Amino acid sequence: MDEKLPPPSKEEHEQRLEMDRVSRRTFLMNVGIALNALAALAIATPVVAYLLGPLLRRKEYRQWIEIGSVDDFPPGETKLITFTNPFSDPWDGESAKVPAYVRSTSLGEFKVFAINCAHLGCPVRWFAESQLFMCPCHGGVYYADGSRASGPPERGLFTYESKVEGGKLLIKAGQLPTLRNRAGAGPCPSLTAPPNEPKLVARIEQCRPPCRPSDRGTSAPTIG
Amino acid sequence: MSPTMSPKRPWYQRAYDWLERRIQIEGPIKDAALHPVPRSTASWWYVFGSASLTLLILQVVTGVLLGLVYQPTAAHAWESLQMLNHELPLGWFLRAMHGWGSNFMVAVVLIHMAQVFLFGAYKFPRELTWIVGVFMLLMTLGMAFTGQVLRWDQDSYWGLGIGASIMGRVPWIGGELVHLLLGGPIINGATLTRFFALHVFIIPGTLLAFTALHVWMVLKLGVNEWPMPGRIVRRETYIAEYNELTHKDGIPFVPGAVWKDLFFSAAILFAVAVCAAMFGPFGPKGVPDPTIINTVPKPDFFFLWIYTVLSYLPPEMETPFILIVPVVAVVVLVALPLVAGIGEKSLWRRPVAVVSVMFLAVCFGVWTHLGTYTPWSPEMSAWSGQSVPVNLLRNRTPLERQGANVFQGKQCRNCHAVGGRGGQRGPALDEVATRLTEDQLYRQVLLGGGNMPAYGSALSPAETTALVQFLKTLHPPHLTPSADASRRVVEQVGVPPNSTVERGGEQSPAR
Repeated sequence: MDEKLPPPSKEEHEQRLEMDRVSRRTFLMNVGIALNALAALAIATPVVAYLLGPLLRRKEYRQWIEIGSVDDFPPGETKLITFTNPFSDPWDGESAKVPAYVRSTSLGEFKVFAINCAHLGCPVRWFAESQLFMCPCHGGVYYADGSRASGPPERGLFTYESKVEGGKLLIKAGQLPTLRNRAGAGPCPSLTAPPNEPKLVARIEQCRPPCRPSDRGTSAPTIG
Repeated sequence: MSPTMSPKRPWYQRAYDWLERRIQIEGPIKDAALHPVPRSTASWWYVFGSASLTLLILQVVTGVLLGLVYQPTAAHAWESLQMLNHELPLGWFLRAMHGWGSNFMVAVVLIHMAQVFLFGAYKFPRELTWIVGVFMLLMTLGMAFTGQVLRWDQDSYWGLGIGASIMGRVPWIGGELVHLLLGGPIINGATLTRFFALHVFIIPGTLLAFTALHVWMVLKLGVNEWPMPGRIVRRETYIAEYNELTHKDGIPFVPGAVWKDLFFSAAILFAVAVCAAMFGPFGPKGVPDPTIINTVPKPDFFFLWIYTVLSYLPPEMETPFILIVPVVAVVVLVALPLVAGIGEKSLWRRPVAVVSVMFLAVCFGVWTHLGTYTPWSPEMSAWSGQSVPVNLLRNRTPLERQGANVFQGKQCRNCHAVGGRGGQRGPALDEVATRLTEDQLYRQVLLGGGNMPAYGSALSPAETTALVQFLKTLHPPHLTPSADASRRVVEQVGVPPNSTVERGGEQSPAR
């Protein structure tokens, strides 16, 4: 047992530790960390895209939706209508339905108001007797033409872009109107979007070919 | 510990020893339980933190149980809650426990926070404990809001609309934020699954991790000693002073202080159960059908004050206020221990702190109270549901009575109360004739103003005349209606009653 090496002195021990720090093992460990970081990055990138999905895909929510025949809306009346949002899934249930107010000013002239108060989005109610829209939440009131009458809203009711085609009234709808996302903002995507849309989009009905607002019976742009 | 594996020990002790040799957790638990705390902290004031934890555990347990049945799809969520309420045995009770547990949790967390603030417990070395706690408060509020969304009734649907409208006010990226929040361009199934994931996985997971960190720091840094006026916190000496205090006048946390925590937690759990049994579950209210617009959406109790603030802000201030104030509030809360981390802890030496808490409490109370009866909203059914008091119609001309018809029929009542009933958006009109002359009444009705819409286009001249004639009768018997002095002159053929000028008299010649 005398041949046994003496234990390393304190200095030698330190030295060996120091060598360990830069040894092959340390190097391999660092490589391992780098590999994992790389893998994490590779996984995280698609996850970010996935999370941003609602922004990146299905731009076709702004499309023309038929809401009824022109004859359904006699001049001078404001009617509550319901349409099914083109941007919907089978599991949306009742929430796929969207209400709106159609106001016919004169024959062939229509204004379609979003139900959502321009203040904080609550459903406004129409009172034909006093010709006012009133909001139950914070007391916003609008005149029959949608302009602000009183209360906290800073603007009039949101309006959907509308047009008449073949005796039918069409509106451009599909998104919740807020101060940034105006009800019918933006041109029809099929005019601007690249021709090869991703497959995800294909399941939703595309804009019909004559997408420009027709000359006949379209009320002036009412956004803003 | 020394495991004695002799067969004479009873089986359960042997089983315990077998486990403990492998897990070796007895030591750390004993250390945590027996660590000394200042004697003065074994107080009823120090029970709110542990009660918050108890409520969090209650929420996790009841939440998991509800998760066994709840359907997170827009088409079926509401029905699955109805099923829980009415068909599954005691499903209603679990929903009620979860709902009331949520209210209690927000309340107890707020009380805990106020107590920690008033006792100066956020000061050195517990700054990070406070900062973590601020984020736990935000997560608790986030849980309350997302939970309200999962109820998926009309309030939830339109509450989301309010959330989206607030998001939509963010400059530049507001539109994109709305789409991210809703999981698409509109409120639908994608929105519900999004909030389900937030409420069930993301926020509670983070909250539990933060809770572990929070409790860990409480154990490591020790419970805040009872603040005494004049005992100043200094970074150099505090740790030594605290250690001396706990060793000279300390008691082990278990059982010295923990029994009060246990009593209070049990009391809170009983209170939740009693409320749940007596008042039942929250909703779900009406079906989340957006086409049912005859609804008055209202947020849950702890968000009513925001509802009030949003209705009283002037339109031009609203967007800056909504976007800036919450950020400032969070920054102030986070920065508090970093800015005021030393000095006096006792509330007798911190008048600003005491006044701040009292001010916030009063604001919260008043705004919440206003939110319960929303005086700023038109009362939508007042015009058709509440008749004109009979005494206002007695001895009136047909024209005045016709005016009362116009008053009801044109929805004036929705904003203006008469006889104590009707909307409170505008002033009550019982004495309006003493405030406005006939001409002023015409002007106000036709042109509006002062937050009243103009009715010029909704009233025919005949209706307007009738309405104003009716309004002119609205004054108490002992007060004369206000009148324009010049009108009186006109009626008396141009001569004021007390005039010394005689009609047709000689005038002094001009010089």
